[in-house]
Amino acid sequence: MMIEQKLMGLNGDEAIAYALRQINPDVVAAYPITPQTIIVERFSEYVANGEVETEFIAVESEHSALTTCITAEAAGARAFTCTASAGLALMWEMTYVAAGMRLPVVMAVANRALSSPLNIHGDHSDAMGARDSGWVQLYCENSQEAYDSVIQAWRIGEHRDVQLPVMICLDGFILSHTLENVMVLPDEVVKNFVGERASPKVGGHLGEVEYRLDPEQPLTMGSMDLYDFYFEHKRQQEDAMEKALPVVEKVGKEYAEISGRAYGLLDPYRLEDAEVAIVGLGSTMGTARVAVDQLRSEGVKAGLLRIRAFRPFPVKEIVDTLLHVRSVGVLDRSMGFGALGGPLFAEMRNAFYDTSSKPLLSDYIYGLGGRDMSTELLSVIFNSLEKNRKARRVSKPVQYIGLRE
Amino acid sequence: MSKRKKEPGWRDLPLGGVPYKTSKDYKTGDWGILKPEILKEKCTHCTLCHFCCPEGAIKIGVDGKPEVDYECCKGCGICAAECPVKCITMERRS
Amino acid sequence: MNLKECATRPELLASGHRLCAGCGESITVRLVLKATKRPTIVTTATGCLEVATTIFPYTSWDLPWIHTAFENAAANASGIEAAFRAMKRKGRGPLAKYDHIDVIAFAGDGGTYDIGLQALSGALERGHDFLYVLIDNEAYMNTGIQRSGGTPYAAATTTSPAGSVIPGKREWKKPIDEIVIAHEVPYVSTVNSAHPLDLMEKVKRGLEAEGPAFVHALVPCPRGWRFPPEQTLAMGRLAIQTCIFPLWECRLEEGRPKYNLSSPSLSIARNPKMKKPVEEYLKNQGRFSHLFRPQQRDDIIKEIQAWVDLKWEILLEKAM
Repeated sequence: MMIEQKLMGLNGDEAIAYALRQINPDVVAAYPITPQTIIVERFSEYVANGEVETEFIAVESEHSALTTCITAEAAGARAFTCTASAGLALMWEMTYVAAGMRLPVVMAVANRALSSPLNIHGDHSDAMGARDSGWVQLYCENSQEAYDSVIQAWRIGEHRDVQLPVMICLDGFILSHTLENVMVLPDEVVKNFVGERASPKVGGHLGEVEYRLDPEQPLTMGSMDLYDFYFEHKRQQEDAMEKALPVVEKVGKEYAEISGRAYGLLDPYRLEDAEVAIVGLGSTMGTARVAVDQLRSEGVKAGLLRIRAFRPFPVKEIVDTLLHVRSVGVLDRSMGFGALGGPLFAEMRNAFYDTSSKPLLSDYIYGLGGRDMSTELLSVIFNSLEKNRKARRVSKPVQYIGLRE
Repeated sequence: MSKRKKEPGWRDLPLGGVPYKTSKDYKTGDWGILKPEILKEKCTHCTLCHFCCPEGAIKIGVDGKPEVDYECCKGCGICAAECPVKCITMERRS
Repeated sequence: MNLKECATRPELLASGHRLCAGCGESITVRLVLKATKRPTIVTTATGCLEVATTIFPYTSWDLPWIHTAFENAAANASGIEAAFRAMKRKGRGPLAKYDHIDVIAFAGDGGTYDIGLQALSGALERGHDFLYVLIDNEAYMNTGIQRSGGTPYAAATTTSPAGSVIPGKREWKKPIDEIVIAHEVPYVSTVNSAHPLDLMEKVKRGLEAEGPAFVHALVPCPRGWRFPPEQTLAMGRLAIQTCIFPLWECRLEEGRPKYNLSSPSLSIARNPKMKKPVEEYLKNQGRFSHLFRPQQRDDIIKEIQAWVDLKWEILLEKAM
């Protein structure tokens, strides 16, 4: 039975706010920062009009935003926050705390460049700075996906095997502020999909209780480890990350049943017989589809792989999908200063290191500080990939696209 | 070669770093060299010793008199210093 | 409230924690928890209390307790309180069964005067219903006795040592109580464990206040202030008797702050001869020993006396 969905004109921020309206979380604590502001503004309107029962905390800093979400989740509630750039940087300490405490906070990040110099436009450096914090990180291609992913995020993070916070990333301004067609589900369908939060059981010092603060079952959360236990606690987190891989796919499949839109770890396009392909995150991959179609019409066997789940990084799935491609270009929308290329490049080369035959992998750093990426520039990248493919070697491992030399 | 009890592996620890033992099982009674001796006959049941102990080691018994839990007492001597009738003395632990 | 009845109340801070022998924090926290009546959730900032009571796999907290980081005790409390409010509003959720939950945040002077001031100010401005207990031992004790905004003038700490050129901390103790009162919150008070009943009654009033309440506890630290461990309560008493740390309450009545001296300080106000000179307090603590040896620094002692006298005078103007 097809569920009737409504077509709305929403930008990425509005789409996320709309999803939250339907989810009706217990607590939303947020601090305004461009380009996330529309999420908090729109949600504040819902609160002011009584459309949600959420306790909205207008915190005095991003650090407190994530803190209040952490303790609200600890109290058994559902909590959401959103930020960008310097805000994520300010709460960086707490991202590790949220993951270490295994509390499934959901956070939307409107990816924006980090200072200095100050830049309000989109690139991935903010979320990349938190990539080792232990959060599940999903990157969205368009506003539709932002809406859909925020709904799925609760089911992923709260899954019994996962219990990790989830970060939904959308490109600042490009997605956050651009009006797009978004199909929204009915309120009841969203409510039923996310369900009610259930806390897992844990063996505390006074017996087995639920993992939440409740005067009827005393529990200590956020203890201090010495060198005899810290390592083991961190290994547990990694186990949860590994278990998150199938959960992201499973929740994506369930979501496809109610929405007709399929989501998973990866989003391949015209890769089956591709000889050259690009790999990347976020909205640029949407533009890249047009470039791929153009190249295909010219007879080039081009394809692309959009990685949706950057954390956990789906090594096996990526290797399986790209192994046959001769020349692969990695698109990095952030720098890895002092490293060989950007963060995604490092992950990709690492993923293929142990395979006997591997594609040529080259890095193309682009779009920093909101520098636009056009289909023309994408053709430049594909030309470079073709060149590598013909020469059977990577001429330059790292290149900058769209940079004035 | 000391026989060390093996600590639990990462699979056996509770979620989120939740501590699973009460500190009551950690005996701090061997910390100090002094221990309080209470002269019950002099005690006026003011209960101040119960309130001034950092460990909560002095409990008030059913008879209204203080009882020292020597397994957690660290021998700080505050109870002896605070007792209004000076019925508590700090003696060297044997 | 009376001591005999309070003595029968459950011990919510279990023994076996690793705080120093004679530690003022555990005495204070034991008393605060004794004053709780309704369902309570506690949060603590990083510091001696948090570290020594939750060394994995042990914990001393026999009530729900959470620690996240150093600068956010007030934000921790805000999140818990907001979660409860949301569940009550929705009429569902694991905490909806309670009529009321008392949320208590413990933080040290470091986590309040300095790094925690922002979160505290935000929580006070938003008016969350919680009690903030400042356990003030006047330095960053857990990391090795470094100076904080709450360290008193001329005290020696490891980052404000008494050297040959600079005799200890140059700055005066930040007036944290006045800062909190300026946020126009319902209840602010000062306490010390030398007066247990007074402390417990004030905590009770703080918990009953609707909105943010702030209780400032002076917590003498044998290790950091350098005095023998059995004198912890005696030091607190001296602080009150010299009017260095007077005991009082301030309630917001019809928009105005109304101050009331508590009995130990009220007695001194009524009988000024009872006020002891600050030297009696300073000479018994190693952190002020440089004011007496190798030579008596009467110039500094006079400065301190003048400051204490001024603060006392200002308090009397407001309270009497």
